[in-house]
Amino acid sequence: MTRDIHAYLAELEDIPGTRVFTAERARQGYHLNQFAMSLMSEESRVRFTRDERAYLDAWPMSEAQKQAVLDRDYNRCLDLGGNIYFLSKLFATDGISFAEAVSTMTGMDFDSYRKMMAAGGRSPDGQRSIREGR
Amino acid sequence: MARITAGIASSHVPLLGVASDQGKDRDEYFGPIFAGYDWTRTWMEAERPDVIILVYNDHASAFDMTVIPTFAIGCGERYKPADEGWGPRPVPDVAGHPDLAWHIAQSLILDEFDMTIINEMAVDHGLTVPLSMMFGKPEKWPCKVVPLAVNVVTYPPPSGNRCWALGEAIRKAVESFPEDLNVQIWGTGGMSHQLQGPRAGLINAEWDNSFLDRLAGDSDDLRHIPHIDYLREAGSEGIELVMWLIMRGALGAAAKALHRHYHVPCSNTAIGHMVLRPDNGEGFDMSGSDRQRSATP
Repeated sequence: MTRDIHAYLAELEDIPGTRVFTAERARQGYHLNQFAMSLMSEESRVRFTRDERAYLDAWPMSEAQKQAVLDRDYNRCLDLGGNIYFLSKLFATDGISFAEAVSTMTGMDFDSYRKMMAAGGRSPDGQRSIREGR
Repeated sequence: MARITAGIASSHVPLLGVASDQGKDRDEYFGPIFAGYDWTRTWMEAERPDVIILVYNDHASAFDMTVIPTFAIGCGERYKPADEGWGPRPVPDVAGHPDLAWHIAQSLILDEFDMTIINEMAVDHGLTVPLSMMFGKPEKWPCKVVPLAVNVVTYPPPSGNRCWALGEAIRKAVESFPEDLNVQIWGTGGMSHQLQGPRAGLINAEWDNSFLDRLAGDSDDLRHIPHIDYLREAGSEGIELVMWLIMRGALGAAAKALHRHYHVPCSNTAIGHMVLRPDNGEGFDMSGSDRQRSATP
């Protein structure tokens, strides 16, 4: 199957409220994601929790990336190249559930988010395409 | 010879592993999800597969950003459950089948699929949650597993068409393995879900059910769904469904549904599960279970 890579990549940016983990984001977020990955051992989690700033300073991340982590601003982390599966190591370290962490990116409180999910989740209507407004 | 006798599709939401490990699998929230797997657990006891080719994706557990294999096959003897940030799941180690795995790996490469070979890795919820859903909490898993990890995290993942074709090549590889083995292939992940950004929480039951409808039968039109349609219709993480197409491709031209289950929500995700039999006139019924139970497609 042949396809135009430029058209393919442009389409990925046409989805409302979504940052697809493209090569461009993967490159920008490399050290942010590798930092998050380091939290997969108990020893690292303890060290990070004891002094988050010092732990982050050992990584060649941008100041903006470090601040987004300290703020637990997950939308900002995504903007700076973070990937949700890597960032999940961070919210696991914080002891919060995947759903609660995800809810913080939606502008809803966790209780409202949970109720939305229990009622069948967010409808795709109006959420499919920015360009086509559908 | 070895043969693929059944295909299973299942979501692999990590919270299902937590529910199983903490004994919450029959509570008000999780009960309806696990109940949809009861049929499969009973059926599985009769089927007794020797090996499962388990198609899944690693979620930043065994693979970080240093190496990103598109298709990787586990050829090792054993795999330990990964520590995903809250300690490893208390489930048995997973036993591999190096003879079959290496046979498949070599066959696939000769068939022009350039596989990455993995000898050692930890396996995360993508692989262990489906085992828990299908087998419950045994002291050891009742069969061997050939892990097949697919990159669906960093774009672009493989196309649906390539996944389907890989499944077809896996079937050929299995059928050229000389030992008599009852092999199942599982495709995991999905269904609709989005775990990131303001659009998180997206669920599309209508699209999911249409996908389930088309998984059975003799059409292969699912292989032509472009990535953008998964993203728009099934959420950014709904792209995991391309892994189901490896399973479906391995069942041959036609497949019939023996069992089907769909439930919303589990955490952020729509749960989908289907048990399929290759429908090629040979039956492949290991137990008479097809005759004893009514199909619930």
